[in-house]
Amino acid sequence: MAGAAVLGRLSWRVAEVADVVPETPRVKTIAFVVPGWNGHRAGQHVDIRLTAEDGYQAQRSYSIASAPDGTRIELTVERLDDGEVSPYLTEELRPGDQIELRGPVGGYFVWEPSQGGPLLLVAGGSGIVPLMAMIRLRAAAGSDADTRLLSSSRSWDDVIYRDELGRVNGGGIRVVHTLTRSQPSDWTGYRRRVDAEMLAEVGPSPAERPRVYVCGPTPFVETVAAALVQLGHDPRAVRTERFGPTGG
Amino acid sequence: MPPIISRGFRGRRDDAPSDRVPPGQYVTRDFPVLSAGPTPRTLLDRWDFSVVGEVDAPTRWTWEEFRALPSETFTVDIHCVTKWSKLDTVWEGVSVDTLLEGIETSAEYVVQFCDGGYTTNLPLEDVTGGKAWVAFAYDGEPLAPEHGGPARMLVPHLYFWKSAKWVRGLQLQASDEPGFWETNGYHNYGDPWREQRYWGD
Repeated sequence: MAGAAVLGRLSWRVAEVADVVPETPRVKTIAFVVPGWNGHRAGQHVDIRLTAEDGYQAQRSYSIASAPDGTRIELTVERLDDGEVSPYLTEELRPGDQIELRGPVGGYFVWEPSQGGPLLLVAGGSGIVPLMAMIRLRAAAGSDADTRLLSSSRSWDDVIYRDELGRVNGGGIRVVHTLTRSQPSDWTGYRRRVDAEMLAEVGPSPAERPRVYVCGPTPFVETVAAALVQLGHDPRAVRTERFGPTGG
Repeated sequence: MPPIISRGFRGRRDDAPSDRVPPGQYVTRDFPVLSAGPTPRTLLDRWDFSVVGEVDAPTRWTWEEFRALPSETFTVDIHCVTKWSKLDTVWEGVSVDTLLEGIETSAEYVVQFCDGGYTTNLPLEDVTGGKAWVAFAYDGEPLAPEHGGPARMLVPHLYFWKSAKWVRGLQLQASDEPGFWETNGYHNYGDPWREQRYWGD
């Protein structure tokens, strides 16, 4: 499928910061302009490389948050306090700064509008990032694929893309939040970790054969994927992407 | 093109010896989990391991037979393409040399196959000569399902996706056949010291 998408080496490109936007107290979206960028598929990631003055380098992978949009791409990064790279990206980078980046990478955890739906997207925390790229591409492409997003966050203030998700809810996309640690006083939604019962309520049912994408921290993904299989979803239809406690 | 200096970036220098950490990697003390789908759970009485393909007759071991084979404890460094490396990991497993003992083959390639449908390919010479194991214990404990239990391949000189979790056998082949990640953008061979992460690296 993506067989011809990568011709030759994925070379490092210079990416210039166009914008830095806070999403939550711990999360920022960084928009880059990358001359020569050839587009990407929703769900793919990039590698970024930072170089210190003495030549020391660090690389990390980050999911792309944006739908394809010319030479502009957005990464949404959660600051890990003991991380090496994420504090730099979220606290230091300013518009006009340059970093190095290569990609896009990954041909499995991706969705194309031509694949249609139904879609079940299950996000734990910043695991929503590659799923947001799918939601945005769905809108940009005018897809009417039945889409459900179940997003687990610690609190209302920790919900990444909260306003945008509020806007897209309805019209073929159903957005369901669960808040696992604290909830607003008037909260009527879920207030527990994702489980099989919640997944069954959000749907679509296994009989509708949805494509399922699950992204989040490892324990979240393990739990959700096992619950989906328990509900009767075909394990081959459940695609997962995980991030560990390290990484940032 | 010289690298772009990232203003104000100092980095956190590992105290690990640089001759043990390949380019672009960082050392972690955790053990991150990466897999493309749900964790398969196979009961041990339904588990077997087989060597099939370009062989006179397929060989098959039940779990009990497999565990009765000579095993060894070994300490290796592992390197994941997602950038983490973990040093001095201690495993127990059966050397692939032991599994291939007495098997005549003209094959030059091998495909690891697994519960859950994952595959990964490599030259046969990369799993022989004491370079690869089928591991069933990590750090003195039975291998946890999310880390590939009951048994996984260990081919530590290549990126860790070449060490298949939930491995059920080896298919010996005359020709190379790209596996799961190898058809999804990742390098066909995956030498971390040459930073062979993606197609074209």
